[in-house]
Amino acid sequence: MLLDRTGRKPDLWTRGQPDDHAPVLVAWEEWNTQARLGNDPDRLGVEIPNTLAIEDLRPVLSQVGLVAIRFGAFSDGRGLSQARLIRRAGFTGVLRAVGPLIPDEFGFALQCGFDEVELPESSAHRQSEDEWLRSLAAYSHTYQQGYRSRTSILAQRRLARLSKGQSHA
Amino acid sequence: MYRYDEFDAGFVRERVALFRDQVQRRIDGSLTEDEFKPLRLKNGVYLQLHAYMLRVAIPYGTLSSVQLRQLALIGERYDRGYGHLTTRQNIQFNWPKLRDVPDILDLLADVEMHCIQTSGNCIRNVTADHFAGVAADEWIDPRPVCELIRQWSTAHPEFSYLPRKFKIAVTGASHDRAVVKAHDIGLRIVRHPDTGAHGFEVSVGGGLGRTPMIGKVIRDFLPQEELLAYLEAVMRVYNLEGRRDNKYKARIKILVHETGTEALKARIEHEFAQLDGPSINADPEELARIAAYFAPPHYEELPAVSARLEAAKSANPVFADWIDTNGFAHKVAGYRAITISLKGIGEIPGDITSAQMRQVADLADRYSLSEIRVSHNQNLILPNVKNDDLFALWQGLVEAGLATANVGLITDIIACPGLDYCALATARSIPIAQAIAKRFADPARQREIGPLNLNISGCINACGHHHVGQIGILGLEKRGQESYQITLGGDPTEQAAIGEIVGPGLTAEAVPDAIERLVEVYLEARQVGETFIDTFRRIGIGPFKLAFQHNLEGADHVA
Ligand code: HEM
Ligand code: SF4
Repeated sequence: MLLDRTGRKPDLWTRGQPDDHAPVLVAWEEWNTQARLGNDPDRLGVEIPNTLAIEDLRPVLSQVGLVAIRFGAFSDGRGLSQARLIRRAGFTGVLRAVGPLIPDEFGFALQCGFDEVELPESSAHRQSEDEWLRSLAAYSHTYQQGYRSRTSILAQRRLARLSKGQSHA
Repeated sequence: MYRYDEFDAGFVRERVALFRDQVQRRIDGSLTEDEFKPLRLKNGVYLQLHAYMLRVAIPYGTLSSVQLRQLALIGERYDRGYGHLTTRQNIQFNWPKLRDVPDILDLLADVEMHCIQTSGNCIRNVTADHFAGVAADEWIDPRPVCELIRQWSTAHPEFSYLPRKFKIAVTGASHDRAVVKAHDIGLRIVRHPDTGAHGFEVSVGGGLGRTPMIGKVIRDFLPQEELLAYLEAVMRVYNLEGRRDNKYKARIKILVHETGTEALKARIEHEFAQLDGPSINADPEELARIAAYFAPPHYEELPAVSARLEAAKSANPVFADWIDTNGFAHKVAGYRAITISLKGIGEIPGDITSAQMRQVADLADRYSLSEIRVSHNQNLILPNVKNDDLFALWQGLVEAGLATANVGLITDIIACPGLDYCALATARSIPIAQAIAKRFADPARQREIGPLNLNISGCINACGHHHVGQIGILGLEKRGQESYQITLGGDPTEQAAIGEIVGPGLTAEAVPDAIERLVEVYLEARQVGETFIDTFRRIGIGPFKLAFQHNLEGADHVA
């Protein structure tokens, strides 16, 4: 099952080697820089293990439209930090989390820079689309600043202070 | 005290609703037990030997009388009329039913409390000096910074699935009462030598458990405003590079050890340099907003010496001993901070009944501006008592059975639950604590021995901080028999040290005799004015080993 913040969506990507038809996701282990240069970034993606140093991925980021990060287990949060680093490196394409994530980390994944989650069947048959979407509404506001989210609590307090300051002036 | 604003209150309520939903999803099977476990742990729910256990956060150890009364109610309704204080400013309740937990969480939210991140592989409840705000040797109250960290670390999108748990402690005093060097991150609030600005000395990689380590300083001075960005840098490096192949090697202390302090420091600084501070850090007005809640209460102007107190002391030597042992110097003249020992002889260290909680709450209303603290030594503190009121307070405590005068002495034992409650235990610890306390019950003898901290853990996980006990006792299991290993010379303070093993493991029955022998070695060798740890440092472990060995020849030991 593939999900983004609006719900289930069709997966247009296939795994394997590039051909002329569908966009293709190439495993990092099979990535070959020379072979990729000519390809259209919109139809080329790379799938990385959650142990990869993002420095090593940097040269590839401009050549791909999608980066998928494999989560070995939902409890392994490395992919969340990798996503942050990939976004910091300026990547504007699609970021996908692949693996047995749970609804409770969907919001976190989106805040760290992911766009979508690809679940294996073993999770998808237990967890409904509705549960995944409901989990996004768990918190109206969160504390951290600098993550992708609705305005953080700290920022809202600052705004309140500012507007109070202005009304005094 | 900090008070929730609409955001904090809303957040905690939503957290309760989320937990309710998680329990429901576990029951209907959409979450497997493996998926549910970290979720319940992140909300303080452990599965113990006999039942569930719920761990409630007491952030930086500060409680109001209203909150303490609510804890009393929870203890009565859902435990067996008790609460159990831990070594990290939490209180635990045994025996709650899983289906009751959401209701307990609502009761906590009613008084601005929660169980968020009291367990699990995330950033845990932030702890502080239990005398924060009142200690005479403190120059900055650490609690506003703790509250900022509490908020920042709560449901952190990036750092909620760490390799292992992560503990932060903060102190703003010259004497470290928060064991900061045994924390994953320890922060000491310091003044910049040139500018006088506030900042932090940052250590990382402290921890006890099976590989005890003292934290290493990686920043001598971090400007206060840059705290959150710096924490983010440390956490990101740890989240990416901390080991996940072996849970016993997953704490940041192992990463520090395997990478080397200098190399890891360079990695953290490199990450920190790339962060956009202003988009991450709290603005100074936010810290000021929080700090305003911790402004000192209205203190009366009082003479430093209270005639009433002095008269009561000379009329009542038991009271005088209690004041001298359990009293602590307050920064304001005429006041004192009082530790209420939860280490009555023969009782369970850190246990308090619901009735006692209510009595303490009433006494706090009457004599301590309604405020209570919990210490990592598993005691309670009334931080703001007028010297004039001390005698009346003491009488109230005597009535509640809470006037034991042993704070900092050999019977003020830190002990984990051990085999009596804990699923991981390899030995008992509560009965050992009780036996030692009984052996040294005579108050005059305890005072003669002087300051001495004795800590007991029921297994290698070291919840009872045995490594930093001046006398530490670790309960192990050898061929189906309990075996107690004794260490000496540990120190939880700014001179943090890990204790050294004094000899082979002992049976439970042999422990009190052995402790007595070790104490005698000190009493024979000590010079004027020395405490146990002073003497130990001067003479080394040699004489203790010798006496221990001698003692063994007459006793059982576990070979
Ligand atoms: C009863 C259920 C408990 C369980 C199952 C439990 C489990 C554990 C485990 C597995 C560790 C080691 C973690 C590691 O090294 O990574 C640990 C550490 C710790 N526990 Fe507990 N614990 C329990 C109760 C307590 C209590 C009652 C206290 C306080 C008296 C406590 C305080 C601590 C502290 C302070 C540490 C940190 C030691 C360190 O820095 O490594 N725990 N606990
Ligand atoms: S030290 Fe061991 S026995 Fe004691 S509470 Fe911790 S895990 Fe349990």
